[in-house]
Amino acid sequence: MSTIEIKSPLPGTFYRASSPETPPFKADGDAVAETDTIGLIEVMKTFQEVPAGVAGAKIRFLVDNEEPVMAGQVIAEVEA
Amino acid sequence: MTIRSLLVANRGEIAVRIIRAAKALGIRTVQVYSAADADMLAVRLADEAVNIGPPAAKKSYLNIEAVIAAAKAAGVDAVHPGYGFLSENGEFADAVEAAGLIFIGPSGDAIRLLGDKVAARAVAAKAGVPTVPGSAGRIDDIAEARRIAGETGFPVMIKAAAGGGGRGIRIVESMEELDRQFPQASAEAAAAFGDGGLYMEKVITRARHVEVQILGDGKNVVHCFERECSLQRRRQKVWEEAPAVGLPADIRARLCDSAVALAREVKYRGAGTVEYLYDEEAGAFYFIEVNTRIQVEHPVTEMITGIDLVQEMIRVAGGETLSVRQEDIRITGHAIECRINAEDPARGFQPAPGTVARLDVPEAAGIRFDTMLYEGYTIPPFYDSLLGKLIVHAGDRAVCIAKLEEALTALVIGGVSTTIPLHLALAGDDAVQRADFHTRFLEPWLAAEGEARIAALSGVETEGQSA
Repeated sequence: MSTIEIKSPLPGTFYRASSPETPPFKADGDAVAETDTIGLIEVMKTFQEVPAGVAGAKIRFLVDNEEPVMAGQVIAEVEA
Repeated sequence: MTIRSLLVANRGEIAVRIIRAAKALGIRTVQVYSAADADMLAVRLADEAVNIGPPAAKKSYLNIEAVIAAAKAAGVDAVHPGYGFLSENGEFADAVEAAGLIFIGPSGDAIRLLGDKVAARAVAAKAGVPTVPGSAGRIDDIAEARRIAGETGFPVMIKAAAGGGGRGIRIVESMEELDRQFPQASAEAAAAFGDGGLYMEKVITRARHVEVQILGDGKNVVHCFERECSLQRRRQKVWEEAPAVGLPADIRARLCDSAVALAREVKYRGAGTVEYLYDEEAGAFYFIEVNTRIQVEHPVTEMITGIDLVQEMIRVAGGETLSVRQEDIRITGHAIECRINAEDPARGFQPAPGTVARLDVPEAAGIRFDTMLYEGYTIPPFYDSLLGKLIVHAGDRAVCIAKLEEALTALVIGGVSTTIPLHLALAGDDAVQRADFHTRFLEPWLAAEGEARIAALSGVETEGQSA
């Protein structure tokens, strides 16, 4: 079993949910499909969805909600 | 009290602009910055700089306590809020004064009054300023709605009294539609806002956005004529001009006088802008709102009047009377401003933060570039995408556009995508050259022809830069 990293495509602020009132797109431990959205990146006041890009099990987030991220920074890991 | 030192409670190009104005007046400058902005130009230019918190604006530039603490620690006399962030926050203005400092802008009460749409509309009406035809306040029932629609004509907007920011608005085209939509709108407003109250406004389908610059010292108010800002994308201004093209002299006089009357009504102090919709065919203008701060597009007014608006607002905040009388303010020539954003107009205006590899700025009489950029600067992703404003002034509008095209071509911002190709396409467009546009011109134009021209221009630019 190996770990696959999910990296931020853009620099900005990372959000785990689409709004403060809604549950996160993915909870720690969830399985993800390639096209699943795992969060949003706010870049210059616009919001872009972050797709998982990979399929895997037991997602583990390495970045908290509303934390700044760099492009290429690892946001989460999944088990292949 | 004379202001000898001030704190800049903002970032980006407007922070640079305020520092330059303060330095010209011999005032010591203190710049606040977030952790993401430690290397911004304003920090380099200011006499002192204070870190006020993490990158997120609500933890730094919107954090009233942090800003006030920085101002007190730095021992400044005054605080300049710039635009955006805390600039139209009445509580912030009050907090600055409660700390024994001068807020460079109107009083907290004036900010709150003019910031409330319904209250501001009442102030405008009291000052004899025309407002968009519609209901005087809330509408009680469908019979009253029908009567009002009969007076204003269609299309008409039904708006939720408790809505805002574009939410809770329906546009109806006929009585039948009004009958059907009115009860739905009321139920929806009750569900969404906990208040089913509705009001109505006529839709001005083909209007220009025209706004009047005002200056007040608490007693006297003058206007510095108008700006035309109809070219907008997603309700954000993109290109602004002064004066407004084709505005008849009598209408200009009534428009500017009405803005002064409104500002007098509240004994306005500082720089402000009264915004209107102008229906060219009917020759009628309607009040929209007042912005109680310096605006992004203030330089076009400075170019045609020769007045330094930021210096003037600092002086009146320090207790001086206005340095200009109305009869001394005249329009000379024409000015256009292009907002240069870190967005890729060839890819749906996607934001494009990055590092500025090269910066060539055209320098000539009548050309001004207000910017936050320098070579090697990395644009942070946490704030809006405005990088700078290219402003060109010439004897008349046709010469101004020709000069603008040259300046846009000579302006090189290497390493990041910008909206320069959008402005080149606009400057080369027949309708734009004739000033034949309105507030809903830009987006259909982009879809119909603008995007193709921008793609061509972006392609040419890329080749030119790599060669």
